[in-house]
Amino acid sequence: MSTLVALQQLGSQVRRSRVVLVSGGILLAIGVIALLGPLLSPHSYLDTDLDRRLLAPAFAAARLFGTDDLGRDLFVRTMMGVQVTLLVAVVASIVSLVIGVLYGAIAGFVGGRVDALMMRAVDVLYALPFIFLVILLMVAFERSLFLIFVAIGAINWLDMARIVRGQTLSIKEREFVDAARLIGVSPIGIIFRHITPNLFGVVVVYMTLTIPQAILVESFLSFLGLGIQEPQTSLGALVNGGVSQMEQATWVLLIPAGLLAIILLCFNFLGDGLRDLADPRKQAT
Amino acid sequence: MSLLQVKKLRVSYPGAISAAVSEVDFCIERGESLGIVGESGSGKTQTALAVMGLLPPNANASGSVMLHGEQILGAPTARLNQLRPQKMAMVFQDPMAALNPYRCIGKQLRTILRAHRIATGRVARDKVLSMLQKVGLPDPERQYGAYPHQLSGGMRQRVLIASALIAKPDLLIADEPTTALDVTVQAQILKLLQALRQELNTALLLITHDLGVVAGNCDRTVVMDRGRLVEEGSTLRIFAAPVHARTGALIAAAPRLDVAAESAPPPANELPLLEVDEISVSFRERRAGGGRQLRAVLPISFTVLPGETVAIVGESGSGKTSLVRAVLGLLPRNTGSVGFLGMALADGVRQRSNETRRQMQMVFQDPVASLDPAMHVSSIIAEPIQVQDPGTNAAGITRLVDEALDRVGLSQDLRARFPHELSGGQAQRVAIARALVMQPKILICDEAVAALDGTVRRDILKLLLAEQRRSSLSLIMITHDLAVVRQMSHRVLVMYMGRLCELASNDQLFGAPRHPYTRALLDSMPVADPEAVRQEIALWGEPSSMLQPPPGCVFHPRCTYAIARCKEEVPAVTECANGRVACHRAAELDLSTNP
Amino acid sequence: MLRYASMRVLGAIPTLLLVIVIAFIMVRAAPGGPFDAERVLPPEIERNIAHAYHLDEPLPRQLLRYISGLLDGDLGPSYRYRDYTVSELIGSALPLSFRLGLIAMSLALVLGVGTGLVAALRKNTVLDRLLTGIAMLGISVPIFVIAPLLVLGFAVYLNWLPAGWSSSSGISRYLLPVFALALPQIAFIARITRGEMIGVMASDFVRTGRAQGLGTWSIVRYHALKPALLPLLSYMGPAMVGILTGSVVVEQIFGIPGLGQLFVRAALNRDYTVVLGSVILYAVLIILFNLLVDILYGLLDPRIRRR
Repeated sequence: MSTLVALQQLGSQVRRSRVVLVSGGILLAIGVIALLGPLLSPHSYLDTDLDRRLLAPAFAAARLFGTDDLGRDLFVRTMMGVQVTLLVAVVASIVSLVIGVLYGAIAGFVGGRVDALMMRAVDVLYALPFIFLVILLMVAFERSLFLIFVAIGAINWLDMARIVRGQTLSIKEREFVDAARLIGVSPIGIIFRHITPNLFGVVVVYMTLTIPQAILVESFLSFLGLGIQEPQTSLGALVNGGVSQMEQATWVLLIPAGLLAIILLCFNFLGDGLRDLADPRKQAT
Repeated sequence: MSLLQVKKLRVSYPGAISAAVSEVDFCIERGESLGIVGESGSGKTQTALAVMGLLPPNANASGSVMLHGEQILGAPTARLNQLRPQKMAMVFQDPMAALNPYRCIGKQLRTILRAHRIATGRVARDKVLSMLQKVGLPDPERQYGAYPHQLSGGMRQRVLIASALIAKPDLLIADEPTTALDVTVQAQILKLLQALRQELNTALLLITHDLGVVAGNCDRTVVMDRGRLVEEGSTLRIFAAPVHARTGALIAAAPRLDVAAESAPPPANELPLLEVDEISVSFRERRAGGGRQLRAVLPISFTVLPGETVAIVGESGSGKTSLVRAVLGLLPRNTGSVGFLGMALADGVRQRSNETRRQMQMVFQDPVASLDPAMHVSSIIAEPIQVQDPGTNAAGITRLVDEALDRVGLSQDLRARFPHELSGGQAQRVAIARALVMQPKILICDEAVAALDGTVRRDILKLLLAEQRRSSLSLIMITHDLAVVRQMSHRVLVMYMGRLCELASNDQLFGAPRHPYTRALLDSMPVADPEAVRQEIALWGEPSSMLQPPPGCVFHPRCTYAIARCKEEVPAVTECANGRVACHRAAELDLSTNP
Repeated sequence: MLRYASMRVLGAIPTLLLVIVIAFIMVRAAPGGPFDAERVLPPEIERNIAHAYHLDEPLPRQLLRYISGLLDGDLGPSYRYRDYTVSELIGSALPLSFRLGLIAMSLALVLGVGTGLVAALRKNTVLDRLLTGIAMLGISVPIFVIAPLLVLGFAVYLNWLPAGWSSSSGISRYLLPVFALALPQIAFIARITRGEMIGVMASDFVRTGRAQGLGTWSIVRYHALKPALLPLLSYMGPAMVGILTGSVVVEQIFGIPGLGQLFVRAALNRDYTVVLGSVILYAVLIILFNLLVDILYGLLDPRIRRR
């Protein structure tokens, strides 16, 4: 119930920030086009057409982005790339969110020895060269989408856990929690009624940062050839393909690269904007 | 020609409804001390920043500020840097924030000398050392290399004063210089300012909300309200015959010790409501391998009768908050027991029954922080009802919430507001409503009015008194403010470094205290009466470290009456005429208040 | 202080051990073995090979054998290149990557701090907005987009700089790879520096400095620089990781025979010992660097050094 109230508050504040609205809007637009575009196009992401390789972008024959080196329609493939990239990012972020929030909230709330132990574990894990281990993972096992989710989720939850734990600790020290204890609210009640709604802001802001991180990891893996496998594709894989065609057909590189850059930029601006909203405005009456 | 002349000063910010400062005129002569008094938001600090040229870049300032006849408002930074701090300097409210935590204090002062080419090298260092000595630092050589976090609050403020006066300015502006300090330290700092001022013939512009500070330290006073200057004159005249309504209101709300308490004590032969028996609290330092033990509270006992107000007084580190939290079950206690209506209470608040919990509630110091920022006012007040009587239906809850709002004098329009949308006074009323909605028998106020302005404070205290009369509510007031104690309490418990010094009735404590610390507290309090006789410094030094308390009586290093026995033997708590005291010399000393 | 440092060192050991164990287990659990990519081998030969590489021993024994080998500097033989050991392969590739990384990191620090400070002191001017915008791009655009674009721009179209490593010699072939490697870090560092600097310049103790009549330069030098740059130290760990992962991409794109390329090729070829060895080396570098940063932080922050 208090969570709904916190959401409401956030919603009304969002309207005040132009940055948030614009970047959010762009992301939404990209998402919609990515979903609808392939449905509207006559081409499929699979069809190779060796007679029509590396065509430049043109409106004719609905080749909006041209074709790649195997004659596949680039528009449809790029849109698919966007779908996959965003899907992986969001799902992996949710995975790391759930793990991170639970871990951090428990550590912060229980405190004492348990907290110290849990945070030591995080410290040890934090120092692991995750990217390299993930690459190793991709090398060693079948490259499935599931594995990618797991890998990316496993990287990001640490940051979220730390942030949530820190926030939980500071909330726990606040006097309104003492007041609740005096009233007789049970520890479970305190967690759900007082701590969780106040974690909201921090979690939302961090989500907007973990999503681009997840995108980067997935794209990085795909760029190296260790991520998503043919014939499916993601933006990272498309960029990889584009690099080899860089000199003859620059658009094969520029289009997916540009889209990737725009998506990441929007998420970063969104995160910045939300973070600005959360802090100083609360003070102003 | 006046030293400083301010004419038609106006400071405003884009997007604000009204100006922070408008139409302010005043002047200061050489060597004079002028006080600017007003509640928070009255524009005092903005005025000071405007004079110093320290306004933030988005401020619009107009009017005229003349120092030695030169227009300095809007002057180029290069010129201002020639004037600061050699002609005018400023001391700020929070010394911890005002000092660079990454440089040792000696270097910070030396940089001033070097930047203004006053002195360098060896000469500069010596000048800094002599200045540190002048402001009363006990060991300048060693403290030269200390960092701000290694010094106490009082010492930090002394360092800040040293940094302001080291270039011997003609004008010193002090913005709430003592608000963040204990009252005994405050008295020392104010005395120091006066002494230095006279020695260097520096004019002082003292900004404060505390009329007692102004009464004792300023020749002339200026009163500000909501950005405007409403009254000006000699301090004597202003206190004796205030003209403007605002001034009158401030003076009326000012803390006084010479008025009688507001309510008569309850009948003494009733059964005690709360019995605290030899409670003590200790903490362990958070360090790997176990740290030192900190005894925050040593065994203390006291009782509270129905309808009575017991005040617990002490400065920072006295343990008063830890004591009360242990009684409430928020902190684990080391020894002792707590009894309510004869029934022993469990150690932790979680183990107590709902019935017991609702009897003792608390109101905290920071009103806005004690309310959940994600909840509406109505949910905040409704929560206790939902927890204690879960069966209550929605209509019943609404009714109870409205009644509670009414009782604390808040309009029902505030039901849907969030805590950050309330003023300090409103938030505190909500906190009180939340505490009282369960009809507790005891309400504990932990510095509940310390963060509030004078007039708001008076209203909240009136509210509490009305509740007490209405329902025979007992109050435990934790405070460092003796004026609040005088007004509200029936009996007073004085604590120092976790130990009980004195327990006495209100009249007894203020008329004839038995412990030297109590006497020093009374003497340190700034009285809002310019004609009152000011005592010499009541208390030197600062409380010792809690981790390594002095042997014997912990107060002895600062006590004017200490004898050899005090260094060796811990004084026991002895009973005396309706009270208790822990001092070896209690029987022989006469510490009565002179009429 | 000594206690602080030794605690940190002790804390790093479990991490290193954990890395070795995890990586080792993953490698052993993976399908494929030495030289089986070349052709299908008859079973007896496979068994002999397995025995020669100790692959038929129980896992914990293999692990211990590996660790003791590590301590001697022996990382085992490569699974793909018959004539080389892992140590030799890594040893020949490491110096180049190290050099590139060092130059890139130094460049990143100098340019990043510089632009961050300038942007902070000229807050909200056109220059600031320009620099912040470029920094935003540097953070958002991944290095495997930046690097090809740089090649496209400077090598293909403008033809100012060489596009590949082996195609030229001398300083010029360093320029693009180093810059590509450094750019994301320049952006991060600039952003952090700018943010911290703005925060410090608005702080109360800087206001005190102004009240003391100190000019902007004095304030920056005596009061603002240290508090603003100290948090940057905490970023150095992630920055190092960024450069290491970035080097994988950059070496790929420019064809530089460094550790990154070795690693990726080994990964794609399932040369497990090389992959294992590289991962451990990366881990050691990161852990050591973090340790250094931690200790340095403890030395520089007076609140830690003197309690």
